Amino acid sequence: MSALLEMTAIQKAFNGVSALSDASIAIERGEVHALIGQNGAGKSTLIKVLTGVYRRDGGTILFNRAESILTSPREAQAAGIATIYQELNLVPLRSVTENVILGYEPKRLGTFINWREAHRRTREILMRFGIDIDVKLPLGSYSTAIQQLVAIARAVSLDARLVIMDEPTSSLDASEVKVLFGVVRGLREAGVSVLYVSHFLDELFEICDRVTTMRDGKTVGCVRLADTTKLDLIAGMLGRNPSEIAQAGMTEFGGGTAKQGEVLLTADDIATGPRLSKFDMKLHRGEIVGLGGLLGAGRTEAARALFGVDALTRGTITLKGEAAPKRPADAIRAGLGFLTEDRKAEGIIPGMSVRENLTLALLPKLTRNGQIDRARERQLVQKYIDALGIKTADMEQPIRELSGGNQQKVLLARWLAIEPDILILDEPTRGVDVGAKREIQAIIRDFVDRGFGVVLISSEFEELVEGADRIVVLNQGRSIAELKNPGITEDKLVQALAHTDEVTA
Amino acid sequence: MSQSNQTHASLKIGPLLRDHGGVVALIIILAFNILFTPNFLQLQTLFVNISQVATIAIVAMGMTLVIATGGIDLSVGAVMALAGALAPLIFQSQFGVDYPALGIAAAIVVPLLAAAACGLFNGLMVAVLNVQPIIATLILFISGRGIAQVLTNGNLQTFNNKSFSYLGTGQILGLPFQGWLALAIAVVLFLVITHTIFGRYVLAIGGNERAARLSGGPVAQVKIGVYMICAGLSGIAGLIVVAINSASDAARNGNLMELDAIAAAVVGGALLQGGRAPIFGAILGAVIIQLVKYTLLANGVEDEVALIAKAGIILAAVYVQQARKE
Repeated sequence: MSALLEMTAIQKAFNGVSALSDASIAIERGEVHALIGQNGAGKSTLIKVLTGVYRRDGGTILFNRAESILTSPREAQAAGIATIYQELNLVPLRSVTENVILGYEPKRLGTFINWREAHRRTREILMRFGIDIDVKLPLGSYSTAIQQLVAIARAVSLDARLVIMDEPTSSLDASEVKVLFGVVRGLREAGVSVLYVSHFLDELFEICDRVTTMRDGKTVGCVRLADTTKLDLIAGMLGRNPSEIAQAGMTEFGGGTAKQGEVLLTADDIATGPRLSKFDMKLHRGEIVGLGGLLGAGRTEAARALFGVDALTRGTITLKGEAAPKRPADAIRAGLGFLTEDRKAEGIIPGMSVRENLTLALLPKLTRNGQIDRARERQLVQKYIDALGIKTADMEQPIRELSGGNQQKVLLARWLAIEPDILILDEPTRGVDVGAKREIQAIIRDFVDRGFGVVLISSEFEELVEGADRIVVLNQGRSIAELKNPGITEDKLVQALAHTDEVTA
Repeated sequence: MSQSNQTHASLKIGPLLRDHGGVVALIIILAFNILFTPNFLQLQTLFVNISQVATIAIVAMGMTLVIATGGIDLSVGAVMALAGALAPLIFQSQFGVDYPALGIAAAIVVPLLAAAACGLFNGLMVAVLNVQPIIATLILFISGRGIAQVLTNGNLQTFNNKSFSYLGTGQILGLPFQGWLALAIAVVLFLVITHTIFGRYVLAIGGNERAARLSGGPVAQVKIGVYMICAGLSGIAGLIVVAINSASDAARNGNLMELDAIAAAVVGGALLQGGRAPIFGAILGAVIIQLVKYTLLANGVEDEVALIAKAGIILAAVYVQQARKE
């Protein structure tokens, strides 16, 4: 029997930048097939090529033994490919029935919707998945898990032969995941194939048959999950040699660390929701604590909790011996700075000048009787432009005209300017060129050497391993292990990630 | 605000229109009037136009602040009606007749407090309850004028009160009092935007609200503040209209003012997505709208046609804004 889907040597470039250079995947009928890869490996691009969102530059797609040239998501759906996106594309305010039958309503006299028939049909479809709910209620009144199942039910009712699930469990709790897995198994028994994209490796072993690994726009491997280990998968995603990682071991756990000052920040068993469920850490003066983990492990959520952006549902944070701030403004007053991961959405104010962006967090301290001390402001801004080597025509230039690296330096200066005790840096060197990256790292090191503390999040293991004095390893919203420098190597970190996966499985 | 002219000062028409479209439009309108409108270059013309433009300008400046935070305020006309209805009720009451000076003071202070309360309501809806600004202010847009009409039993309140009328008919150095008032407000607001922490937060919130919040900006308080300022300025405008007419008509005072004010703010360079607060631009926008109305009227074109011309101006302003975004 031939495969249901065969994509071979797919190529796709955006403005000359290659996103997929040699991507292939083959999915059998009735198979649950996992697709994994680091951020930017090309998973989403591959799926969008398959579903007709993007047009491929090269390669072939065979779906159901026919050469496929899908040009729109609508056509993909008609051909039997349904996609369940992370952000559900359903209408929460309309009833379950309306969502399931949308576009395919049973009609009376060719015009009027036959509601009785519609409800009956919807109930029947959902019952096949073991979901017994009131289909007349608005979809939004049900949990995310149910909504997701309704989306799947809708897909299957449209005779989907391949269901693509993009991070289906990222917002589900443990019991909801179980229900979802039951449905996925039901699909497999019914001969429907599932393409399962997830960064939670444990799940793959539980639910998937085979896994395709991508790296840098290429397919680097496809194996049966029964024949592989987590270590191999992680090594494949990162492009490292698994035997080296295995040999490195985790023996030097108690390796000596740099002398630590007093405790600045303590997080004791904190949780903010399903994505951060159990997190512990301590930060001392003169120390960089790294947060290690794969995408979705809960690193950013931990940072947001520490800065008082997300409310705690459990546990306590202690800052310099006092109760932790509950809002960003209080956190700043208490001596905390938070450089966010998403520079564009949460960092820069694009229309404002370098000067105005740089002093944004410092404003209360620059103000007397509501009036900004403009002379002091200019003097301070000039000081940081010089100290950090920010390349800008002058301080009045709009920040959006600066390069990514210089924008990042301005944001770093925004936080250095409040003279904090603790900086939380979420991907401080992402998207900046090599030169700026080294400069930013030097600034961070200098800050710590002056006796302050840094919580560092980085997806680049090299940066984490070389920069951090200790690394708290996270997995699925939990802090699992702690590594200490000197003695941390990238391989050890990778192994810790793999190992902790097994511990929690 | 801080658009220093680093970009090479070429004399190309495109960039000129984009950066100084309002000024260019103003010059064209003035030139047209000087050439074609009889008796345009007379003090009387200036006087009439200033006394009429002041109310639009005052409300447009408040609107500019609200728009700068990424919001919008549809209730300004209704707040004008409410403030305008309260004033004669107070100075014509037994208290106002017995104590004329206190009566006038109360007839100004109480309506402005009522207006500010309206602004507080709008601000709480937007900033605390997270209601869309257009919906939140629609509530007072509808009910504010209703309250004003209930207060006055739907009657036209006429009066003869020299002191109060000064607001709309008084003169300083031969020019209308309300013109000077608008100018004073503009200077104050300009300083607020450029020199105070409040002003900086207004622009930051409009520029990127999440970034402003994560940098410790008191987002809710600032938003409530701009709605209160906008409503307070609307209240002042409402009092001026009543003073000009020596009569308060709750059904007509401030009618369609929200549209004029939004138009003036946009023509003046405010971006509806927020982040810019061109205060003097709002005045420029108000002057352009007023002059177009006047030009058409003075040349015998009917009022209805003037509405179409107004729409044309807004269209042009939005078009120029789109070009600026590129």
